[in-house]
Amino acid sequence: MATPTMTAEKLHNFSKVCEILDRFDRLPSKIIPILQAVQEEYRYLPEEILTFVATSLGISPARVFGIATFYSHFSLEPKGKYIIKVCDGTACHVKGSSGLIETIQRELKLSEKEHTTPDLLFTLETVSCLGACGLAPAVVINDKVYGQVSNKQMSELIAEYKAMEA
Amino acid sequence: MNKAETITINGKVVPLEGEKNLLSVIRKAGVEMPTFCYHSELSVYGACRLCIVDIEGRGIDTSCSTPPRAGMSIKTHTPKLRKMRKTLIELLLANHDTSCTSCDKSSACKLKDLAADLGVKEIPFKKTREPRKPDLLSPSLLRYPDKCVLCGDCVRYCNEIQGVGAIDFAYRGEDVVVTPAFNKSLAQVDCINCGQCAAVCPTGAIVPRSEIDDVWSALADESKTVVAQIAPAVRAALGEMFNMPASSVTLGKIMAALKYIGFKEVYDTSFGADLTVMEETNEYLERRRAGDNKTMFTSCCPGWVKYAEQFHPDLIPQLSSCMSPQGMVGSLSKKLLSQTEGKSEKDIVMVSIMPCTAKKFEKDREELSRDGSPLVDYVLTTQELGKMIKEAGIVFEDIAPAAADLPFGLYSEAGLGFGATAGVSEAVARYASRALNNQELSSYEPVTNEDFPFWKEAIIDEDNVKIRIAVVAGLGNTEKLIEKINAREVSYDLVEVMACPDGCVAGAGQPVSYDHGIADKRKTALKNAGKITPIHCPEDNPYIQRIYEKMLGSKPGSHEAHELVHTKYQSRKRIDNDSMELAVTDHEAPVEINVCVGTSCFLRGSQDILSGMTAKIDQEGWKDRINLKATFCSENCSHGPTVTVGEKKMHKTSLDSVVAEVEEQLGLVTSRK
Ligand code: SF4
Ligand code: SF4
Ligand code: FES
Ligand code: FES
Repeated sequence: MATPTMTAEKLHNFSKVCEILDRFDRLPSKIIPILQAVQEEYRYLPEEILTFVATSLGISPARVFGIATFYSHFSLEPKGKYIIKVCDGTACHVKGSSGLIETIQRELKLSEKEHTTPDLLFTLETVSCLGACGLAPAVVINDKVYGQVSNKQMSELIAEYKAMEA
Repeated sequence: MNKAETITINGKVVPLEGEKNLLSVIRKAGVEMPTFCYHSELSVYGACRLCIVDIEGRGIDTSCSTPPRAGMSIKTHTPKLRKMRKTLIELLLANHDTSCTSCDKSSACKLKDLAADLGVKEIPFKKTREPRKPDLLSPSLLRYPDKCVLCGDCVRYCNEIQGVGAIDFAYRGEDVVVTPAFNKSLAQVDCINCGQCAAVCPTGAIVPRSEIDDVWSALADESKTVVAQIAPAVRAALGEMFNMPASSVTLGKIMAALKYIGFKEVYDTSFGADLTVMEETNEYLERRRAGDNKTMFTSCCPGWVKYAEQFHPDLIPQLSSCMSPQGMVGSLSKKLLSQTEGKSEKDIVMVSIMPCTAKKFEKDREELSRDGSPLVDYVLTTQELGKMIKEAGIVFEDIAPAAADLPFGLYSEAGLGFGATAGVSEAVARYASRALNNQELSSYEPVTNEDFPFWKEAIIDEDNVKIRIAVVAGLGNTEKLIEKINAREVSYDLVEVMACPDGCVAGAGQPVSYDHGIADKRKTALKNAGKITPIHCPEDNPYIQRIYEKMLGSKPGSHEAHELVHTKYQSRKRIDNDSMELAVTDHEAPVEINVCVGTSCFLRGSQDILSGMTAKIDQEGWKDRINLKATFCSENCSHGPTVTVGEKKMHKTSLDSVVAEVEEQLGLVTSRK
């Protein structure tokens, strides 16, 4: 269930969509910057908001969906509060990052297809190189970098974050 | 002929006659050129690359997107070009779901034909993708994404001709797919079920849904009386599946085949069309008498009706309330048969044979049912009927003709005319003239309005009959017409709309044809069938008279007629998705407020209600007691802005009326000053 703080956030966000649309004069040609701005607000592109944007701009929802899925930096899935990025670049891979990925997937009940926990707390992303090869295998949780993480430490880290939220 | 106006194709000199692209010149010269993505009525896309040619001095290029220039010399089938085409097909087949034997498009698949023509024997490339799920939810169409060759024909048709845009390309690279928004089913989006995407698809990636098996089971069920009706346009095209020239004699054979297959009675939807003429003309005149001068729109095309419900809910009151002819025949025959057969209507099974995929959707409309059972149980397309005839082992070429059954088997030339564009409006105009002027209309020839080439118009001014009629086909064109009507640049009394260009004869349920002249051939066949019909006017159809006396209160527009052959419409959401949660509380009994921000309500100011409400919630500290949500169309568009507060649905709301209702439900009324 959402907390009152989220409520305020969401309210703010809705007027934000209208504001974004107005900022770009509701011009269909500005669809990409509009989607960028929406993604900044929501951290992803919610289906309902995309439908709303499409209708307001007079573009078909199917086309807006096409545009949103064409560019890899748009996300159509909601992301968790904590985004766990595991580096799967060469250095990290050699040092066992795939084990970390498995650990996270097991602990959080995620899979190749499910990247975000249903409670919207965690999202798992693999990235090709975090530029922290010296710390391999490296994990970043939101802005915090953790180096030379073992499977056991990974489990503990997750437990810590969970405890923070409980 | 002067040399500057020719090009050379495979060594042969061919004159240029204003063709826009090389491909057309090549085809004119009698050279077969394979294409997936070229359709003369759509924009040029240039993606399939099959139409490649070798242009002297320029190299290889796609002929569909190259304008012809005088003096060009091109080759179309060099070993290199043939090899390239073969590789293209092999690549497409690598990920293709090659279940050709069970594919509905088998007999008309361009991919299969091309693979054979180009001598593809085995596929040297490996599959690179996971199989994709088919979309089987729509009542009209099935999609098999693994059979798609990404030619984009369906996407462009849906966008450019229908102005709907229900499907589009999504994702990129290896993952590109043609899909409705958010990977939903066609059943959950704004698709109007016209099926023209299936008609242009070169493969079996989009096909009409078949109901053949259901119909065979119904026929085998002894507790049921199974009857059929056949739409005007079907007879003009079924022969194509049996290599029979388009001609008017097919009808008798169809009736005989239906009887052989086991239908107890076979009726003609043209009877329903006759009745529609009577009811619709009467409705039009009634509206005028009541001082309603708004444009009335025809309602026999279910594609158009759904389009209006989704995109122009404000026009719903202006749609004719007449059921479509298929609905009328279903309604009346079930009622009558339940008496003569001594059965409940549930045990009478009506099977319609239609040129149309949208009729499959229409039969499921809740408005077309009585006491919970549908007025039409199954809809078979012309294609499906052809298949059933083959499955039954009937030699269609040889079967002796039979007649339709009465009373719903007799029809007039006017009713038959519904099968092509302008038929409906012509019948109404002529009937109005006979009713009001006591004489035939001198002529009915809709002509193109110079300023607006997207539709045709017939301005009738003969004594008591003054009707301005517009005839439009294709929903893209219809949208333009509605815009102009709303902008008061044009005005019409009656607008006949058909979703498919050329009308029902070119419906997506007709046999697959890649022949451009086919619609005209079918129109001629239908016209000729009309000419040999002894009854010309609906009111002279004795069975129309008899049914009025027996079942319809003796006159058009009667109470009984409204009960049995008129219907209602509903506003519809474009996309079936959830409402957007704006403020949700943990409070155990919160009041839920749903503000509609669908197009129609949005235009009427629902955004202000929403932002006003959020401000109010903040200001009054209500946020723990209210769940505020925004929905995208609560399907009540003509009474917008629509807001629900708790259980209460409110129409034509303003911020004040919503706040008042919320205060009441929060129990704050007494504290109000
Ligand atoms: S059936 Fe018509 S509206 Fe639906 S996707 Fe196909 S072309 Fe578009
Ligand atoms: S579904 Fe058919 S028409 Fe549409 S892109 Fe695929 S192959 Fe072409
Ligand atoms: S027909 Fe020319 S590229 Fe497809
Ligand atoms: S837009 Fe349809 S009810 Fe609001």
